Amino acid sequence: MSFKVLVPIKRVVDYAVKIRVKGDKSGVETNGVKMSMNPFDEIAVEEAIRLKEKGIATEVVAVSMGPKTCQETIRGSIAMGADKGIHVDGGTTDLQPLAVAKLLKKLVDKEKPNLVILGKQAIDDDSNQTGQMLAGLLNWPQATFASKVDIDKSSPNSVKVTREIDGGLETLSMKLPAIITCDLRLNEPRYAKLQNIMKSKKAELQVLTPQELGVDTNTNLKTISVEEPPKRTGGVKVDSIDAVITSLKKFALI
Amino acid sequence: MLNHLSKLVSNRYIGTTICSKRCYTTFKYNKLNDKDIEEFKSILNNEETLLIRDKDDLVSFNSDWMKKYKGNSQLLLKPRNTEQVSSILRYCNERKLALVPQGGNTGLVGGSVPYDDEIILSMSLMNKINDFDPVTGVVTCEAGVILQQLEDYLEPLGYTVPFDLGAKGSCQLGGNISTNAGGIRLLRYGSLHGNVLGLEAVLANGTVLNLNSTLRKDNTGYDLKQLFIGSEGTLGVITKVSLITPPKPTSVNVALLACDSFSSVKKLLIQAKTKLGDILSAFEFMDRGCIDLVLRHQPLQEPFSEKPKFYILLETSGFNETHDQEKLNEFLEYIMEQGLTVDGTVATDSKNQSTIWKFRETITESLGKEGAVYKYDLSLPIDQFYELVEVMRLRLGSKANVVGFGHVGDANLHLNISTPNQKYSKEMINLIEPFVYEYTSKHNGSISAEHGIGLMKKDHLHYSKTSSSIQLMKLLKNSMDPNHILNPNKVLPF
Repeated sequence: MSFKVLVPIKRVVDYAVKIRVKGDKSGVETNGVKMSMNPFDEIAVEEAIRLKEKGIATEVVAVSMGPKTCQETIRGSIAMGADKGIHVDGGTTDLQPLAVAKLLKKLVDKEKPNLVILGKQAIDDDSNQTGQMLAGLLNWPQATFASKVDIDKSSPNSVKVTREIDGGLETLSMKLPAIITCDLRLNEPRYAKLQNIMKSKKAELQVLTPQELGVDTNTNLKTISVEEPPKRTGGVKVDSIDAVITSLKKFALI
Repeated sequence: MLNHLSKLVSNRYIGTTICSKRCYTTFKYNKLNDKDIEEFKSILNNEETLLIRDKDDLVSFNSDWMKKYKGNSQLLLKPRNTEQVSSILRYCNERKLALVPQGGNTGLVGGSVPYDDEIILSMSLMNKINDFDPVTGVVTCEAGVILQQLEDYLEPLGYTVPFDLGAKGSCQLGGNISTNAGGIRLLRYGSLHGNVLGLEAVLANGTVLNLNSTLRKDNTGYDLKQLFIGSEGTLGVITKVSLITPPKPTSVNVALLACDSFSSVKKLLIQAKTKLGDILSAFEFMDRGCIDLVLRHQPLQEPFSEKPKFYILLETSGFNETHDQEKLNEFLEYIMEQGLTVDGTVATDSKNQSTIWKFRETITESLGKEGAVYKYDLSLPIDQFYELVEVMRLRLGSKANVVGFGHVGDANLHLNISTPNQKYSKEMINLIEPFVYEYTSKHNGSISAEHGIGLMKKDHLHYSKTSSSIQLMKLLKNSMDPNHILNPNKVLPF
């Protein structure tokens, strides 16, 4: 019985890079900056591969949207164990979560996966919207911030997900097909083996465009400006209780 | 005498010389008195905080990082500038008071702590970065600048310090230079003898020797600065340094490769040098024993299921991501074809890169957690490189866990002998020494590749240097510091 898992992944500025805002305030400088797979997406890929290893999933398909450089990221997931990679070439268009969700819906209609598993948010925009919007567009059930995913091998038509919420842990059961978004504690992604890294470089990827999928990627969102947070000014030392009170009054804190 | 020794052993300290402490050299020193204290106070502008005399406050300065050596200094001085250092040394030379120059106190051979009651001269307050030239990449700073501090200063300017070591959060430049520190980047940037362009040092009699230069090329007379690089504070106190710094690479790749024999490691090294050439920036190795140790004590998972005998950590650094990736791929394809590696992984992002480095960087800490560790830092011909580890294993049998790791790219082995759950013991030392040194000497290796001589190896210097060279070293020491006030009882066997 076939069980396909679709894993959308995003190429983002590496988490360790000290980001700089572009001079024209249009965004963050990404030229010549180290890029990597979004850490939460890596966790999603790992979870999908584990489902395959458990004998539940039969195929893992990774998809990424954006310029040609996304293909590197897709190959990274193939090196980890994904079977197939799809690149939606959006060129230099800034793809907002809603556009991504619409594109994913078209891919879901094409690929017919049993499960779509995504990272909970991308570390560049921290939107935390794509998974939820996709669920809305597809009218599928969703479980976000997953820290545990359980599918019964003998009856793989529902999934039990434990989510991290403010009050603790919540366990939900959903009928498949469904959407899951992953949180940090779901798993520890594996190291990709050398042979697989080499193989992934030669892997053939399916390339599609938003036009071919019939999606208008225009959204009504426009970034007006991106600025650095105000620089932290030094504190002031005072040497008496009276001085403390004067300062507090001066800064209108009391 | 034996009681004294056993007391040292039970407190986990080792005295490596047999004579009683007061006669530590044939040189006569005076004891500190109140007049001396007053004089130091006046030299330090009567700033009381620049003198430390409290016994408890002095504990950490009197002992080395590994808690293997313990001194008995009664006074620590913290000069703010070169003039103060000069006045202190001039006075100490007249009064025949011995001193130990101390930086970050991260040395591993007992060179940075007093043997007995020498005054500790701390360079910590001289921590200003004076100048940086963005065209030549030359930075000038005071000797108390911490390595990490300099790296943080250079990073936003697009440059990097040409050496890197585990102690970077605490070690100071003055100490790095006096010990000719090596580290993981020596393979790429060479030694400090090449990267230090100039320095300012104060001699034993207080003379300030200005050898400070930012010139890349300067062949005018004897290159005196080389005397201070690696002489471990015995010929002068370094107060300022000018270092040439390379541009910071923007494209870094880290790979972890598994090998099942040391001969594959050697072949891998050749291929790395020829195929990766100018972008190769680190080539470190660790054996099975090290990996098992790290897995026992650190929250890391083993990346390979086959439990290989050796791991190689390979790093490339360059300025063109595409170009470097191509070179790396060619190299990886080749070594896989040739069967030089049984498995491997390449870090895909900086988190993975630092995780892979953790395997190498946490070996020392993991060893420390098991019990007493006997450390040997040796340079050996590459063919005998791992042989010594196997020989020691046979020799010590079940008494110890012998592991080897280190800068195999520079033929520098860190031989570590761990006795789990046990304290340091003279018996164990006798089983290891002088055997290890004799073996090294027989193969024309070095008994100290990068850690230096300090207190630990001064009586073993002859294993790596001829008697005429040791004689010349003594001649230099006697003429530059006739009263032997600078770091006595270290480096040379007087």
